[in-house]
Amino acid sequence: MKYRKIALAVSLLGFASAAFADNHTISRNMASACASCHGTNGHSVGGMDPLAGMPKDEMIRKVKDFRSGAKPATVMQQLSKGYTDQQIEMIANYYAAQK
Amino acid sequence: MTLNRRDFIKAAGATVAFGSLYGCAGGTKGSGNVVVIGGGYGGATVAKYLRMWSDGGINVTLVDPTPNFVSCPISNLVLAGEKTMADITTSYDGLRKHGVTVVIDSAKAVDPAKRTVTLAKGGTLSYDRLVVSPGIDFMWDSVPGLTEAVSESKILHAWKAGPQTVALRKQLEDMKDGGVYALCIPKGPYRCPPGPYERASMIANYFKAKKPKSKVLILDANADVVSKGPLFKKAWTDLYSGMLEYRGNHSITKLDAASQTVEFEFGDKVKADVLNIVPAQKAGMIATAAGLSNVGGRWCGVDWKTLESTAHKNIHVLGDSTAATAGMPKSGHMTTQHAKVAAAAIVNLMSGQPAPDPMVIANTCYSFVSAKEVIHVAHPYVFNGKEFAVPKGAGGVSPSRNELEAKYALAWAKNIWADALL
Repeated sequence: MKYRKIALAVSLLGFASAAFADNHTISRNMASACASCHGTNGHSVGGMDPLAGMPKDEMIRKVKDFRSGAKPATVMQQLSKGYTDQQIEMIANYYAAQK
Repeated sequence: MTLNRRDFIKAAGATVAFGSLYGCAGGTKGSGNVVVIGGGYGGATVAKYLRMWSDGGINVTLVDPTPNFVSCPISNLVLAGEKTMADITTSYDGLRKHGVTVVIDSAKAVDPAKRTVTLAKGGTLSYDRLVVSPGIDFMWDSVPGLTEAVSESKILHAWKAGPQTVALRKQLEDMKDGGVYALCIPKGPYRCPPGPYERASMIANYFKAKKPKSKVLILDANADVVSKGPLFKKAWTDLYSGMLEYRGNHSITKLDAASQTVEFEFGDKVKADVLNIVPAQKAGMIATAAGLSNVGGRWCGVDWKTLESTAHKNIHVLGDSTAATAGMPKSGHMTTQHAKVAAAAIVNLMSGQPAPDPMVIANTCYSFVSAKEVIHVAHPYVFNGKEFAVPKGAGGVSPSRNELEAKYALAWAKNIWADALL
């Protein structure tokens, strides 16, 4: 019985870490498209907003406001229309975690 | 049911196997050898991201004949005297710091069966996966009377940034005030759809300041301006009236290089003091030599999920050489996005995992219409299971030319160069 519990725990941990890796990779890939303008992993080298370390809620709000037109922009109101709410959240998660 | 010790080991073992199949929390590493042909926007980006995303697990060798990266975007500002060659040149040292082996040489041949690349100076490189990102090459016979030798010495294209950019700048500086600069644009698809119109605008900007009696003549094989048309035309009327003239439907039928005269299917022949002919284009030569140009003998078909060639397995093609889907321009920015889709796929595939569905990608292209004002075009591209398409209502252009975007254009350049090369 003791072994069974440990096995279950290890197994769940394995699934959890696999799922984490998968989600992390998807978020990483999704966020990388932004890096062409905003710098690798969001570290802008100047003239564009850095995304690294931006609080998640702030980024979600900004991008959704670009998408709705509430916040004026030059290109972001046109590009943000390519993203779903879930994708915006993934990108925000990724950049919030970048130091 | 109770588990004994042996059952536990079995269960835990299965978990470990599952874990390694899908990558542990540390991420997907990948291993093996990737060779990248071409050190432009696509090649540099894929090389850097493969090293970064494999955590150094994948060995990457990048092959390019030029010792530094020279950017086509912003090169029209060099022609106009607003920027220097140094401003658009970046060393490959940043890639070397990521552990990329940079080989300054040309790839001469690819053997897809043996998985080898033969180099011009001799020697071969072996790969598990190959990335071909050679940009474009010219179809010399698309302009009767033009040869590669003439195009390299007198009737320049300057459609690959480098020595041709310097040489065309010199021709413009040497031209007398009152001279005619003519730019001949090929039928699309060609590299950088708004590029020719930006070039004409910026050379007019130079003439207006330094050689005000001179003229810019755009001789376009396309029926009309193919990108940001209304914005370019408004700038030409407002800023360069009487100095810049646009003529559509001008396909060249004959060039007399000695007299610098071009004849067209329709319209009068034109003699220019500086004649800048951009010939029709096809996938980079090595792509054709490797048998990858399987779309009309001109462009390379790819599986858009991975950018893997539809002609040969284990070879990925990026950027201008691809037979891009409708609305996807041949641009430096677009190519960096291809590079990231390919890098994500290659790291997974070289870790024994399936390629992920591609992320949403984007293109942003700024064009200078004067030294101070810029217009843009920007679109997101979403993978639909087969190819990339722009969602309805997304993307667009600047409402009008403006100074703010001139700042963004230069910031874009610095950031995309850093993302690709540093």
